[in-house]
Amino acid sequence: MFERIQELLSPVVLAAIWAACKAIIILLTLVVSAAWMIWLERRLLALWQDRYGPNRVGPFGLGQVIADMIKIFFKEDWMPPFVDKFTFVLAPFLAMMFMMLAFALIPITPNWGVFAPDLGMLLFFAIAGLAVYAVMLGGWSSNSKYSLLGGLRSTAQTISYEVFMGISLMGIVAQAGTFNLREIVLWQEQHIWFVIPQFFGFLVWCLAGIAVTHRTPFDLPEAESELAAGYHTEYSGMKFGMFFVGEYVGIVMVSGLTTALFFGGWDGPFSEHVPFLWFAIKCFIFMSGFILLRAALPRPRYDHMMSFAWKICLPLSLINLLATAGIMLWAGN
Amino acid sequence: MSQTLAILHGIWTQFRSIGMIFMHSFRPRNVISYPEVKPPVPPRYRGRIVLTRDPDGDERCVACNLCAVACPVGCISLQKAERPEDGRWYPEFFRINFSRCIFCGLCEEACPTNAIQLTPDYELCEYDRQNLVYEKEHLQIAGPGKYHDYNFYRVAGMSITGKGKGQALNEDAPIDVKSLLP
Repeated sequence: MFERIQELLSPVVLAAIWAACKAIIILLTLVVSAAWMIWLERRLLALWQDRYGPNRVGPFGLGQVIADMIKIFFKEDWMPPFVDKFTFVLAPFLAMMFMMLAFALIPITPNWGVFAPDLGMLLFFAIAGLAVYAVMLGGWSSNSKYSLLGGLRSTAQTISYEVFMGISLMGIVAQAGTFNLREIVLWQEQHIWFVIPQFFGFLVWCLAGIAVTHRTPFDLPEAESELAAGYHTEYSGMKFGMFFVGEYVGIVMVSGLTTALFFGGWDGPFSEHVPFLWFAIKCFIFMSGFILLRAALPRPRYDHMMSFAWKICLPLSLINLLATAGIMLWAGN
Repeated sequence: MSQTLAILHGIWTQFRSIGMIFMHSFRPRNVISYPEVKPPVPPRYRGRIVLTRDPDGDERCVACNLCAVACPVGCISLQKAERPEDGRWYPEFFRINFSRCIFCGLCEEACPTNAIQLTPDYELCEYDRQNLVYEKEHLQIAGPGKYHDYNFYRVAGMSITGKGKGQALNEDAPIDVKSLLP
């Protein structure tokens, strides 16, 4: 019996089990950090509004998240009688799933990272494109006017930003010569962080990244003041909680992706000893940046957002791609 | 050209507001940590309602019902009674439902004897709603409240035992209407 088990645990199988364990650890870390980002957001918003925020439960109010989670788990999971039941239940799962799936592509340290396919960046675009279905289906299946408007807005917003998001990252692909995110980070380790040669690409990517996560100032699908929470108006309990945590998972994911694509991933002084520390610090700065934007900027009007995307961001990213290609050809010859 | 300038100016203003908000990280927080630090309350703050006594220690309320009439939410109820030994009027019961009270202070304005007064105590919390219904023994305080020297029966014309007609402060003796003498 014991020998049989030892036979089964060949090095290949052990490696597979270890990889699965790593993936689970990364997933848990992602979800936990996304949940504690709720605390971070409330504290930082309070800091910038000269308040304290949650500071009662546990040290620095860190236990507030646990209290909120307990509350939301025991809340009645009410489903309105007029909704399309299957799609209504499906949408929050999709919202969280796609954002987590995209995080699997991010190389965290030289040894850690779930999955690094050669077409990683294209896979990310595909997942980001699919993520809109969560919002759209949620808005449509709720069978209410505000939710439907939120879903419509989200669709139009996605069509606007997907195009220039793809093109803004093509400069990186051209320079690094690969779609593989891990190899892009390795290229930056050897040469230069992409934020310097691809600065305009970075600017456009920032806007697209905010739009992917539906955060202020691009939170038109869930505009609280106009649409009464938009696509998740009819959701309650843990289904709302999944939309909510999914949004924060999206923030962590986009921050990680920005770190990997433009800021050299784990690269930094002493990065051979503390690669994860550098990744975490860079991620934290971008996550705080998301919150600062929410504290500072108002929501643009719907048509303004779309005309800005098509008339400014798209030409800017195209010019960036053309200039990158031209300089590469000129330098290559 | 002017449109390009407008776009650049718009982008600049966005960055400017982001920077201005970020500088708030270094400002003091404009918060009073309430249960530990109590906020300063002015002495005329309209909080918990009390019934006061006159300087002699007798209750001021004469059960005229004006406060109950003035109350816009109808949270006051009382019943008049008369003390047999000296003829003073007093409320047999006096009940304020603080779960209805809006602390507008109209009862205090209506009161002719300065009996009902609002105090700066705002900490009225109960787990049970019924505990917010205050009876007379909960409302009555020992002192005169905001008006230390006022005593209604000393200045009013109503006669009680020990103070007949014309004996109040600044009150003339009653005119004998049946006499023709000046």
